[in-house]
Amino acid sequence: MSKSALAKLGFAVLGWFIGALFFFPIFWIGVTSFKSESDAATASLIFQPTLDAFVGIFSGTDYFLNVRNSILLSFGSTILCFILAIPSAYRMAFYPTQKTQSLLLWMLSTKMMPAVGVLIPIYLVWKWLHLFDTVIGLIIVNALMNLPIAVWMAYTYFSEVPKGILEAGRIDGATAGQELWHLLRPMTMPGLSSTALLLIILSWNEAFWSLNLTGHDSAPLTAFIASQTGSQGQTLAALSAASLLAIGPIMIMGWFTQKQLVRGLTFGAVK
Amino acid sequence: MSVQSPPAARTEAPAPVQKIEPAEKWRRLLMAPSVVPLLLWMIVPLGLTIYFSFIHYSLESPAGNFGFVGLQNYQFLWGDYRFTTAILNTIIFLVSVLVITVVVGVLLAVLYDQDFPGKNIAMLLVIAPFFVMPTVTAQIWDRLFMDPIYGVIAQFLQAIGLPPIDWLQSYPLLSIIIMVSWEWIPFSFLILVTALKSLDQEQKEAAAIDGAGSFTLFRRIVLPHLEKAIGVVVMIEMIFLLSIFAEIFTTTKGGPGDASTTLAYLVYSLGINQFDAGIASAGGILAVILANIVSFFLVRMLAKNLRQNA
Repeated sequence: MSKSALAKLGFAVLGWFIGALFFFPIFWIGVTSFKSESDAATASLIFQPTLDAFVGIFSGTDYFLNVRNSILLSFGSTILCFILAIPSAYRMAFYPTQKTQSLLLWMLSTKMMPAVGVLIPIYLVWKWLHLFDTVIGLIIVNALMNLPIAVWMAYTYFSEVPKGILEAGRIDGATAGQELWHLLRPMTMPGLSSTALLLIILSWNEAFWSLNLTGHDSAPLTAFIASQTGSQGQTLAALSAASLLAIGPIMIMGWFTQKQLVRGLTFGAVK
Repeated sequence: MSVQSPPAARTEAPAPVQKIEPAEKWRRLLMAPSVVPLLLWMIVPLGLTIYFSFIHYSLESPAGNFGFVGLQNYQFLWGDYRFTTAILNTIIFLVSVLVITVVVGVLLAVLYDQDFPGKNIAMLLVIAPFFVMPTVTAQIWDRLFMDPIYGVIAQFLQAIGLPPIDWLQSYPLLSIIIMVSWEWIPFSFLILVTALKSLDQEQKEAAAIDGAGSFTLFRRIVLPHLEKAIGVVVMIEMIFLLSIFAEIFTTTKGGPGDASTTLAYLVYSLGINQFDAGIASAGGILAVILANIVSFFLVRMLAKNLRQNA
C-alpha cells in the first residue's frame, strides 16, 4: 500500500470514528425509543424492540397539540418573516441608495441584542397585549428574531440576479409585479426556499422564548420536552420517542441547508 | 413613517440638485415592513429594560411600584453574591465553550478537508447535533447519559470497574459546558470547513514542495487563513451563548445552589421567578452591554466585507 493510500485509510477511519462519536447520542435516542421502559433503564444494545413508547405518545393527551403548535410556529413565523423581508430586500438590491449599506448593517446589528436583555419587558408587554401563551405571540417573536437573517439572505440572492435581465424586462414594459413574479421568482427560488428551510429550523428549535412565553395552550415541542421531568430511570423510552419525533424531520431538513446555514448565520462574513 | 424615509440621497459631487422621481417615493415605502417592526422590536423593549432598571418594580406586591430608585437596583446586584457567582460562571462557561468549539472545530475542519471514502456522510453525522433542539439536548444528556445510575456513562464506568459520577450534582457547570459544546462544535466546524475550502490548493501544494511539514503547513498557512473565520465564530457564538438558557432551565435550574447560574439564568430567576422586574432589568442591561462590546467588532468587520463586495 502506498503512503498516500495509507494516509487516506487513516483519515477515513478517524473521520468515521469522530462522526459516529458525535452522532452517538442521537443514535442512542433512536435505540432507546424502541425499548420497553424496563429495558430503557439499562444501557444494553440487546433487547426486544417494541413500539410501546410511540403508542404511548400518540395515545397521550397533549402531544398532538405540541406538534401542531410547533408546526404553526415555524411555518407561520417563516411566512410572516418573508412578507416583511422581501419588499425591503428587493428595494435594497435593485434600487440601492447611499443609505442602503448602513441600513443593512443596522438590521444585522439588531440580531446581536441578547434575548435576555429584553426578556422582562417582552414578557410583561406580551401579558399586557394578551399575546402571552398564544401561538401568535410566539410567531411574532420568532419572525422578528429571524427578520434580519431573511432580509440579508434575500438581499444577497436578489443581488446575484444579473441587472441586464431586469432592464430588458422593463424595456418590454413589464410592471414591477410581473417583474417579481416572472423574472425574479424563478431565478431566486432555490436560494429563497433554502432560506425558508433555515428559518423553519431556527424557529422549530428556538427555546428561550418558547420556554418563557408559553403555558399549556401554546407550548411547542421544545417546551413540551423540557416539561418531561419524570423520576430517575423512569419514562426514558417515552422521553426518547418524543425526542426522536421532535428532532428527526428537522435534522433531515438541516442536512439539506448546510450552505445556507453558513451564509445566513455569518451574514456573508464567511463564504 | 418618518423613520424609514431618509433625506434625499446625496448625489455625486458636481451634479445639479437631483429631483426625486415619483417612483422612488414609493420604493422607499418598501423599507417600512422590515425597518418599522425591527425598530420597535429593538427600541421599545430596550428602552423599557433601561427604564425598569432605574425604578422599583415588583410584579408581586405592586405597592410603591414605578418609583425612581436611581442606581439601587444595580447596587443591589453588585452587592449580591449570586450576581458575582453568575458573572464568574458566565465567564467560565463562555471561555470554555469558545475554546472547546474553536479548537475542536479547527481540528475537525482540517481532518474533513482531506479526501476519504464516505466523507460527506461522516460530515453529516458531525453536523447533526446542531439541529437538535436545546431542550432535547439537555434531556438526553441529563437522563440518558449523565444520570449516575441509569446513564450510559455511569454504566460504562461500572462495567470497567470505576465508580459512577453524578455529573449534574458534582460538576453542574462542566455538564452544561459539555452539552452546549456538543451542540456548538458542529457550528464552528461547519463555518471553518467552509472557510478552509477557499484556501488555494496550489498554495498548499507549493508549500509542500518547498519541504514544509504538515505542522508548518498548518501553522503558517492554514491557521492564518482561518483567522478571520475564527473571529466570526467567536463573535457569533458569544452573542448566542450569552443567552443560553434552555439547557440550564431543563436540567440544573441553576443549581445545586448557584453552581450553574449564569447571567441569563439569573435574570430569568430574579424577574420571572422572584418577580423583581427592576433588579432583573438591571441584570439584563449588563448582558446587553457585554454583547454590545462584542457586536461592535463584529459589525465593523461586516461593514468592511460589505464595502469590499459592493
